[in-house]
Amino acid sequence: MRDVAVVGFTQSPSMRSEPDRNEVEILIPVIDALRKQTGLTSADMDFICSGSSDYLAGSSFAFVSGLDAVGAWPPVCESHVEMDGAWALYEAWVKIQMGYADTALVYGFGKPSMGDLPITMALQLDPYSVMPLWPDTLSIAGLQARHCLEKGILTFEQMAAAAARDRGHAKGNPNAQVKGDFTVEGILAEPFLANPLRKSDCAPISDGASAIVLAAGDRARELSKRPAWIRGIEHICEPMDLGVRDLGRSRSTEMAAAKAGVGKGKIDVAELSAPFTHQEILVERALGLGPDTKVNPSGGALAGNPLMAVGLSRIGECATRIWSGEADRAVAHATSGPCLQQNLVCVLEGE
Amino acid sequence: MSDANEAANEPIAVIRTPISLDYHYSAGQSASRFLRAIAQGKLLGQKCPVDGRVYFPSRGACPQHGVTFGDEVVELSDKGTVVTFSIVRVPSENIPLELPYITINVLLDGADTILIHVLDAKLEDVRMGMRVQAVWKPKEEWTTSTANILYFRPIDEPDASYDSYKEHI
Amino acid sequence: MSPTLEKALTAPHKLEYTYKRSLGPVLSPFFTALRDRRILGVKRRDGRVMVPPKEYDPDTSESLDELVEVSDEGVVTSWSWVATPRRQQPLDRPFAYALVKLDGADTAFLHVVDAGDEGNMETGMRVKARWADETTGMITDFVFVPA
Repeated sequence: MRDVAVVGFTQSPSMRSEPDRNEVEILIPVIDALRKQTGLTSADMDFICSGSSDYLAGSSFAFVSGLDAVGAWPPVCESHVEMDGAWALYEAWVKIQMGYADTALVYGFGKPSMGDLPITMALQLDPYSVMPLWPDTLSIAGLQARHCLEKGILTFEQMAAAAARDRGHAKGNPNAQVKGDFTVEGILAEPFLANPLRKSDCAPISDGASAIVLAAGDRARELSKRPAWIRGIEHICEPMDLGVRDLGRSRSTEMAAAKAGVGKGKIDVAELSAPFTHQEILVERALGLGPDTKVNPSGGALAGNPLMAVGLSRIGECATRIWSGEADRAVAHATSGPCLQQNLVCVLEGE
Repeated sequence: MSDANEAANEPIAVIRTPISLDYHYSAGQSASRFLRAIAQGKLLGQKCPVDGRVYFPSRGACPQHGVTFGDEVVELSDKGTVVTFSIVRVPSENIPLELPYITINVLLDGADTILIHVLDAKLEDVRMGMRVQAVWKPKEEWTTSTANILYFRPIDEPDASYDSYKEHI
Repeated sequence: MSPTLEKALTAPHKLEYTYKRSLGPVLSPFFTALRDRRILGVKRRDGRVMVPPKEYDPDTSESLDELVEVSDEGVVTSWSWVATPRRQQPLDRPFAYALVKLDGADTAFLHVVDAGDEGNMETGMRVKARWADETTGMITDFVFVPA
């Protein structure tokens, strides 16, 4: 295996709505800032890979215009995933492992404020027997939350505590969207938004973008004083049909964590992109995190949720803490699909 | 709505699952500026700070170099040169023109990127290098839309030399 | 990027696709049976019955083709409440999405319960299908109601 590290990371603020900029205009300053941070241009990138969703943009092949922010002349080696940028990073990591690239630019961007996100996401469900019923994201997540609550897998108090913790941490994150001093009592006093979920149980809807530079071996050491080495990365998918899955645990996260080697040492920092409080608890358990891990120091997805960038940003948030020496070993998580259907786990280490 | 199968008691082989989603689309900074200008009859391009090429319509960043365009805009003429053309003999429900008609790639004077439009001319007259000008809707009908330009027409100017547009074909 | 943004032009936009989907050897009988107001599941090799049926076993990837009829009544195993339905959703009044384990099935079926009021919903409650007057072979040919 080649040594591959995260050596650059920039992100936009998460905003409920960016009414005056289009997707590409949200992305451009993020890529510009990454060039300044790393001193690299697009011509220095052996591979470029992005994550976005045409259904968020409301037009087909919308991702192609994202290349405007990168520059595609002379022609670039490029790819795209219709998923969170964390999966684009996985593709780039594979490309580097194969020896086809030493450097890669990865970015994710999304502007869900243009549409009705909870209903748009019904299109990721089984198109024959589920999508025509148009279950929205809150309803789907609510089925899982109630299952967990009524089976004694977790409690409303634990869910509220996750939201309060994350949004407290987010006070130190200038890019976070929902932050402040929330209390468990205060959250439990909220009315149900979609029984059994309260507003604070749900990640916000956010417009935003983020970008990462990966580099291999000595190239990474040139670009960073303390590269954040990717020591393990894996993604695992479960069936789409909720009825055949165990909704009370995240088996795919458990498997990805085992393959990525999460348990091989102490984890200082974990950044999770679970978009609902009960899912965050399930992911935390699946990763086997203990009290010596600081979970979501940035606030995680519950504090800012720029779809298609939020998972990639978790990897970036871990990397910045490795660069600074705040953490020696960190784990980032990204998710895709209904009720934690598919999960990516990435272990990062400093030297 | 499996109406295709409904008639008989035949097994259903295909279902229809239509989708319909509502968006509130934002043109963003560059396209908004371009569209507001065209409502005033002005055609705006933007200059790449790296190589000086003028992009039309204006956009947020240079798609070649990936650099942000500044606030500087370039107002372009509504006259230009046909760099290539095609004669269309197949109908499209989105184009309410009588067949056959001519589509052109036109290089507006001052621009470095081409605009695709239609030309009102005799089929036998159209040629590369032909000089053309936009025909606009009546001013009172102008909106923030590229549809303000109805089509292009030939003008009485000598053909442009091949060298003047060969980089833009 | 200039520090101050001008107000962008915006416009409503409706995105519509008229998707048609081929059903194949398992879903074709399933949707045909819905037209006849019957619900089919598929039997896995270990005897468990999955509803809706799938062509392949989600655990072992084995091909599955043994269709069996299950009841159109069952038990709610989880639910969530929709207080303000969206225009795409199947009912225009508050309702529940629920996981329903039909009698004779081993997996829960994600569908709609027309319960009237949130207070009428409870995990473990029995529900039964209320079929449309005219069924066409779609998943929306029925909704569940409290039994």
